[in-house]
Amino acid sequence: MAPERITRADVEHVAHLARLALTEPEIEELTGQLGDILGYAAQVSALDLTEVPPTAHPLPLVNVFRPDEARPGVDRDEVLAQAPATENNRFRVPRILGEARG
Amino acid sequence: MSTREVSKAWEAVIGLEVHVELATATKLFCSCANEFGAEPNTNVCPVCLGLPGSLPVLNERVVEFALRLGEAFEFSVPAQSIFHRKNYFYPDMPKDYQVSQYDAPICVDGTLIVDGTAIGIERAHMEEDTGKSLHVGGSGRIHEADHSLVDYNRAGVPLMEIVSRPEMHSAEQARGYVSALRGVLGVIGVSDVKMEEGSMRVDANVSIRPVGSDELRTRVEVKNMNSLRSLGRAIDYEIARQIEMYETDERIVQETRHWDEDAGVTHGMRTKEGSEDYRYFPEPDLVPVAPDDSMRARARASIPELPAARRVRLVSEWGIADHEAAVLLAEPGLADYAEGAVAAGASGHDATNWSVGAVLGYLNENALAPQGLLLRPDGLAELIGLVSDGSLNRKLATDVLDEALRDGKRPKQIVEARGLAQVSDEGAVGALVDDVFAQNSDAVADWRGGDDKLKKKKRGFLMGEVIKASKGSADTAVLNRLLDEKLNG
Amino acid sequence: MSAATRNGETAAEIAAAVRSGTRSAREVTDAYLGRIGAGEEAVHAFNLVTADAARARADEIDAMIADGHDPGPLAGVPIALKDNLCTRGVATTCSSRILAGWEPPYTATVVERVVAAGAVPLGKTNLDEFAMGSSTENSAFGPTRNPRDPSRVPGGSSGGSAAAVAAEFAPLALGSDTGGSIRQPAAFCGVVGVKPTYGTVSRYGLIAFASSLDQVGPFANTVTDAALLLDAIAGPDPLDSTSIRAEWNPVISAVDEGIEGLRVGVVTELLDGIDADVAARLSEAVDVLRAGGAKVGDASVPAAIHGLAAYYLIAPAEASSNLARYDGVRYGLRVDGVDVADMNAKTRGAGFGAEVKRRIMLGTYALSAGYYDAYYGQAQRVRTLVIRDFDAAYRDFDVLLTPTTPTTAFEFGDKTGDPLSMYLSDVCTIPTNLAGHPAISVPFGTGANGMPVGVQVLAPALGERAMFRAARALELGAP
Repeated sequence: MAPERITRADVEHVAHLARLALTEPEIEELTGQLGDILGYAAQVSALDLTEVPPTAHPLPLVNVFRPDEARPGVDRDEVLAQAPATENNRFRVPRILGEARG
Repeated sequence: MSTREVSKAWEAVIGLEVHVELATATKLFCSCANEFGAEPNTNVCPVCLGLPGSLPVLNERVVEFALRLGEAFEFSVPAQSIFHRKNYFYPDMPKDYQVSQYDAPICVDGTLIVDGTAIGIERAHMEEDTGKSLHVGGSGRIHEADHSLVDYNRAGVPLMEIVSRPEMHSAEQARGYVSALRGVLGVIGVSDVKMEEGSMRVDANVSIRPVGSDELRTRVEVKNMNSLRSLGRAIDYEIARQIEMYETDERIVQETRHWDEDAGVTHGMRTKEGSEDYRYFPEPDLVPVAPDDSMRARARASIPELPAARRVRLVSEWGIADHEAAVLLAEPGLADYAEGAVAAGASGHDATNWSVGAVLGYLNENALAPQGLLLRPDGLAELIGLVSDGSLNRKLATDVLDEALRDGKRPKQIVEARGLAQVSDEGAVGALVDDVFAQNSDAVADWRGGDDKLKKKKRGFLMGEVIKASKGSADTAVLNRLLDEKLNG
Repeated sequence: MSAATRNGETAAEIAAAVRSGTRSAREVTDAYLGRIGAGEEAVHAFNLVTADAARARADEIDAMIADGHDPGPLAGVPIALKDNLCTRGVATTCSSRILAGWEPPYTATVVERVVAAGAVPLGKTNLDEFAMGSSTENSAFGPTRNPRDPSRVPGGSSGGSAAAVAAEFAPLALGSDTGGSIRQPAAFCGVVGVKPTYGTVSRYGLIAFASSLDQVGPFANTVTDAALLLDAIAGPDPLDSTSIRAEWNPVISAVDEGIEGLRVGVVTELLDGIDADVAARLSEAVDVLRAGGAKVGDASVPAAIHGLAAYYLIAPAEASSNLARYDGVRYGLRVDGVDVADMNAKTRGAGFGAEVKRRIMLGTYALSAGYYDAYYGQAQRVRTLVIRDFDAAYRDFDVLLTPTTPTTAFEFGDKTGDPLSMYLSDVCTIPTNLAGHPAISVPFGTGANGMPVGVQVLAPALGERAMFRAARALELGAP
């Protein structure tokens, strides 16, 4: 059951899930555009496909494994050099406030 | 309030989610070393750092370990299992999604026998661990910190999440479950199962209901217990808290609560509305796992005898008590040690006594595992032989064992070097008694003239003097007999 | 006009000359760098030209030749790399502010393969940000212009790679194709573009847009050059779980086998709504194939009409997850915030452009609780239908024929205000991505505005050899 239309609250909720800070004009524009695009995409929701299994992947491969043998990774300095902020050979981030984690 | 009082009106319903770090050489999806305690951000690569363009490839050993779990807990293993992405933002998770299994896990519907009761296990699945954050400022607590520092060495380490059914009803039973689970996981060789080092993490789902009801009420997830003891305390606390809430007509909300070991309480964690929409979908960078017959046969072949079956066998074969067998099995490797001694000629009864006594004491004192003992099981058997053929009394044997455990010498070697062999020869013991009587004629006279109380005291004194003179080597059975003969004679 | 004379020299000719010692790799590289120097300002095909590294690499190739070693089938051939392929120590941006200046600590498997085959990378080409777009207008670093007409778009998302080959800045280029991102710009710029069978070319080091659809593939001026490049990059990669395990069966030997008896189906569902000039070229293409000995008939892939809607649910859903990692923690842009969540949101708000945000929002919505079954789940079932319908069509035909795009290259700004109409320009290319099948776009004359028209040959999974035979016949018979 597709929703009837996309509201501003939907957009704000989804932006929160996606960790996107949006400007006022962006929220407004997206409210309309997402509605249009989902309205078009809703043609698939309307199809009766209960007997059709989903395809997650175009390849019929199974059991692709790697041997449990350690190999050297990448140089720490090379990686840390690309980071916005580091301290004591770790990645530095602003404080983590209390959202529950999975 | 203790759990015992609970049973008057309320019954606890407990389910456990156990995360176990697997003891593989490498991570779940990349070839970085899976190693505890390395320098920060040294076991990292594009894959476990979630760098753009990197792709996961599944570690075959993890699948092998998962199938061992399948055998050990009598899970059914579906023909295909797949990975999903669990999407949420967290700085210690490099891709901002966790690759885990969702509605098609590798193991479903298993069982664990806990002290004779079968506890259902709903599922066990493979997933990747997160990195570790260090919180700087504000006494290291996450929410008070000024900022945090992230190390990704642990990111991508393979975990099995093992989810029990809500079939336990006390903290004690929950502890028993974890203990039994740990025993099996250790025996099948998939994990170090060290709760204190974090290689085994236990979360508890706790609810309560009136006794006699079978409803499932609002449950609370309790996290952050880092030992069996704190698991028990946290569950007891949470049960009491919920009872109090019901009895004061307060509403229990479904939430995650954090166990505070120092304060002995659980704290609610702030959650934002809607923040738990994980948007699971099949991980498109991985293909399904379809265990075939040969993979399953290999897992089956690698499973040794499991603790519950072994406990039954040891009790019946050795004639030991069930609780003794339980102690032997609770310490990983100790039952193997005792069985090694039996294989070298000791009786099961003696091997058990020494193993759960002096040997276990030594292990605990020195934080060792049986595998690390210098004295091998055949050495223990040798010691037991010296006792049963009368060469050593129990006291001497304890001394000899202590030395053997410490420096790994053979018991016979120690006995020889210290001249400790027990003196059982009647002539030699009799001569010692005569010497002691001669040197302590007052005591002998006191005994002769004394009442029962004094007789007992003086006899004990004379006995002690003979043992001292023999440097402990006198066979106490022979000594007792000769002492009485000579005093009365 | 024959392919070999349309654009100067071919990659095959360059490699042959370099391998035989008649031309130096350095001389070839300098010539192409010279052309870039003269024309790049007008086209803006590149985000970065790595001239010094290219010359150094060319010198290495020449040294190998001097030492009697064979540098490989692409000896000394300059190549342009789409800027979503990781190159160690060389900025890789996806044309996004969020990755500006990022230097990966590793190199994509495809890039390693072309270098191992003797090619000389010239630089990183422009694209729609994170490969999301059909015009290269979504690049954070400004659009690429169509070398055939600078007022028109080159297509996208691999617009920079297509333009680089069309402008003769490089005889070969690599692009990536998620819903048509190689074939559509190839058609708009009048070059050959190939989307190989999913799993044929390693995705390791290709910065993901939609993982179950993305595939790296070649751009070239000729069908033979495209085959040469595909053979160099295809084959199993242990670093990509979705890479096909079997060894690659080279296509180069099939190119000139001819099409006698080849069964070609024209997909009727994809003829609706295409421009008359494009339709006219397609019908001439049918004539060319018939003249070459192929048996051409009408084919039906009914679910193809739902492909676009399914694609615009599946691709954004996967993208919303793939792009979560750009959070300001480990690399790329960071905009400070009061806490980590605020920093993440501000970084992403400032670092992503409008189209990327739109698709992240769309995909997050499609996966969110309550809508999964109606959108993402349903789109996956449509995907099954598309595969079934193709399977049925391939019982009667060896390859299928469609236009690559409904129109020729449009003008800048034509569709930027209306995302849905932009999406509709991918209607012919998307079904192949959903099925994981290969497809090739071959230039075939021009439209009413003088811009190139592309026709598309589709084949079942691993049907590249038949596909290349048909493509070569179309190239030889093109007006």
